[in-house]
Amino acid sequence: MDNIAGTKSSLTWAVHITVVLLVALWVFPTVGLLVSSFRTGDQISTSGWWRAAFPTEQTMQFRTAGADEAIEEDGVWTLTGNVFDGSGTDPLTISAWGTSSRTPNAYEAGEMVEDDGESWTVLENGDYTYTSTEEPSRRGERFFGSALVAPEFTFGNYQRMLFDPSNVQGMSQAFFNTLTVSIPATIIPIVVAAFAAYALAWMEFPGRALLIAAVVGFLVVPLQLALIPLLRLHNAIGIGKGYMGVWLAHTAFGLPLAIYILRNYMVGLPRDIIENARVDGATDFQIFMRIILPLSFPALAAFAIFQFLWTWNDLLVALVFLIDSSGKTTVMTRQIIELLGTRGGDWEILATAAFVSMAVPLAVFFLMQKYLVRGLLAGSVK
Amino acid sequence: MNPVFQGVLAIAVAVAGCGAYFYLSNLFLDRVLYPPTGRDPGRNVNRANAIRPWLFLAPAILFLALYLGYPVIETLRLSVTDRVPGGFVWAGFDNYAQMSRESKFWEAFRNNLLWLIVVPAVSTALGLLVAQLTDRISWGNVAKSLIFMPMAISFVGASVIFKLIYDYRPASQEQIGVLNAVWLQFDGGLASVLVLRVVPGLLLAGFIAAAAWLIWAMLEPVLLGRRKQGALSILLRAALSLGALFLIWRAVTSIIGLALVDLPYGQPQTWLTIPFWNNFFLMVVLIWIQTGFAMVLLSAALRGIPDETVEAAIVDGAGPFQIFFRIKVPQIAGTIAVVWTTITVTVLKVFDIVYAMTNGQWETQVLANYMYDKLFRSNDWGVGSAAAIVIMLLVTPILVWNIYNARREMR
Repeated sequence: MDNIAGTKSSLTWAVHITVVLLVALWVFPTVGLLVSSFRTGDQISTSGWWRAAFPTEQTMQFRTAGADEAIEEDGVWTLTGNVFDGSGTDPLTISAWGTSSRTPNAYEAGEMVEDDGESWTVLENGDYTYTSTEEPSRRGERFFGSALVAPEFTFGNYQRMLFDPSNVQGMSQAFFNTLTVSIPATIIPIVVAAFAAYALAWMEFPGRALLIAAVVGFLVVPLQLALIPLLRLHNAIGIGKGYMGVWLAHTAFGLPLAIYILRNYMVGLPRDIIENARVDGATDFQIFMRIILPLSFPALAAFAIFQFLWTWNDLLVALVFLIDSSGKTTVMTRQIIELLGTRGGDWEILATAAFVSMAVPLAVFFLMQKYLVRGLLAGSVK
Repeated sequence: MNPVFQGVLAIAVAVAGCGAYFYLSNLFLDRVLYPPTGRDPGRNVNRANAIRPWLFLAPAILFLALYLGYPVIETLRLSVTDRVPGGFVWAGFDNYAQMSRESKFWEAFRNNLLWLIVVPAVSTALGLLVAQLTDRISWGNVAKSLIFMPMAISFVGASVIFKLIYDYRPASQEQIGVLNAVWLQFDGGLASVLVLRVVPGLLLAGFIAAAAWLIWAMLEPVLLGRRKQGALSILLRAALSLGALFLIWRAVTSIIGLALVDLPYGQPQTWLTIPFWNNFFLMVVLIWIQTGFAMVLLSAALRGIPDETVEAAIVDGAGPFQIFFRIKVPQIAGTIAVVWTTITVTVLKVFDIVYAMTNGQWETQVLANYMYDKLFRSNDWGVGSAAAIVIMLLVTPILVWNIYNARREMR
């Protein structure tokens, strides 16, 4: 409406700023997880992800050289060296250090501390001197130091969660299981629903209105009601827990929406085409295969994306109908829940696992947003 | 058998099987059962055409009946029976009675009502706001796309995202959760009072105003007697008004509490274990996801408003706010209702978020998770089914409303 004379709104700037803020607020959580998945566990636990691009003050644990390198003189053992020698890391500048894990930053670099027959000196460049009236332990004495560490990003988390076969908590198996669940669970309902939708849209028969009403009703029936009865049914007919069961369940739960979207779309197709085909002697089956199905592609795509996202992201149906006690058929959502329980504080693992599971839906979302929007608009009861 | 191979096989069997079924059954109908030949081909064609719809519908009807229809009845049956070794015995309403004695059930019920009020309202309001704002700017589609993005993220993934936001570290350590990092910025000074007391207070006041307006809108026709109202309508309006009155009361007490409460400045909080408020921290996750949905539907509705109505309002001298609330909102009221009910149904089924984030601990239980607990942890099918029926009953008004609307649409 901005172009209507005299309505150039003075609020334009406020609108731009508000939208920027809202978008930032909405994207911020996801970005946080994405950034975290590229940081090491140490980095994550020492600084918030929003500081990932800046150097961080990190506390590190060091050891002096072992007892066999100690020099004894008049009953006093002395150990000297540099903490960065042979550690593989680039030398850093130590700003503070300490000997207890409770106060790891007690002393400044260059300070000399004496306590109970021991004396410590740690310099900025990592040189240390340790003396003691007792023989040092064979593995060396433990101490702590803080240094400013440059920001660093790593693919190590993804490497570990996806391509490390020895990692039993990895996501690769669950990734393929999820794929195995969702592809058939997307395609099968489309096939079943397309025929039903055609009948409901273009064939005259008694009870049609009732059936459409039933489909609309089934749209909102909570699938919670189906859990126990269907599990018993599956056990009774010998499917038990497994892929077959989860495909059937997803197919059935997706059907109402599929029929609803497809029927509404098919009803809108031009009547002339179909009647001309009838006059030309085409059977209903031919009309469906040759005319309706190709023309309905947008609706088919819309539902397919919807169903794919739903089955890929599902937890409840997989928990009930798929995952047995062996755990071999676990899906990614379930794997993440497991990790939340066992590795609750290890954000590098959780963030990576979550992003592995989110990557495919996000790709689908950004590539086929048009169809998703169309499906949403068609799928809500007006 | 390799699951991937099994999956490919399933797709092939399903597609080929369905295709073959439809093709062959049609062939059978036309060639064998009622061929358009013989003494009366016309009658045979009519007969075949009467049967054909049911051939097309049969698989879908079978699936729907077996996987959605039958479970509703079976769950109803399970909820009034008890499982004993070897079978089931009639238990009447014992399961419901037992459930109503459990404090955990009432906790779940209360929380669910809270979810039902907050999540649809906030999601719809935010969705409407974003839809309206992005409609007038050049990069609106990019903004919409980004706000819509959480729709693609699973509830479990979103739970992980927000758990990182709510993360807690002891005061001596660097906070890595955004919420605690922000919280520690508040020190009780003027800014803190402004942000933590005045702004929420104003929001609550706005809520009170909205609820009061609702009461007025509900009661005005009855009190002024402008139109003859049926008894049912009066009852419904009275019930809604009472509900709104209750909400106003809660909001007033909240404002007073807000003014008096002693906030623990400087101490990091474990957000998910603070009773009552942790419900809101869980709701944020669903609001974050559902706002995009509301936005997409409402944005389409806003674009469908005829320009003439807006132009006429501008000519009559209406300001932007008047145009929005007086002209646009009334015209998209139907879509708002659709968005509201759809999100309501989603809320009633919400399971993953609570399961992943708190598993119902610290007074965050909701019905769907309570039911899952009963069914698969306590193995109490009777009470679990009773809880499922409660969810079904809560959905039923929306179910009826949807069917009513769909039928009106078709006419």
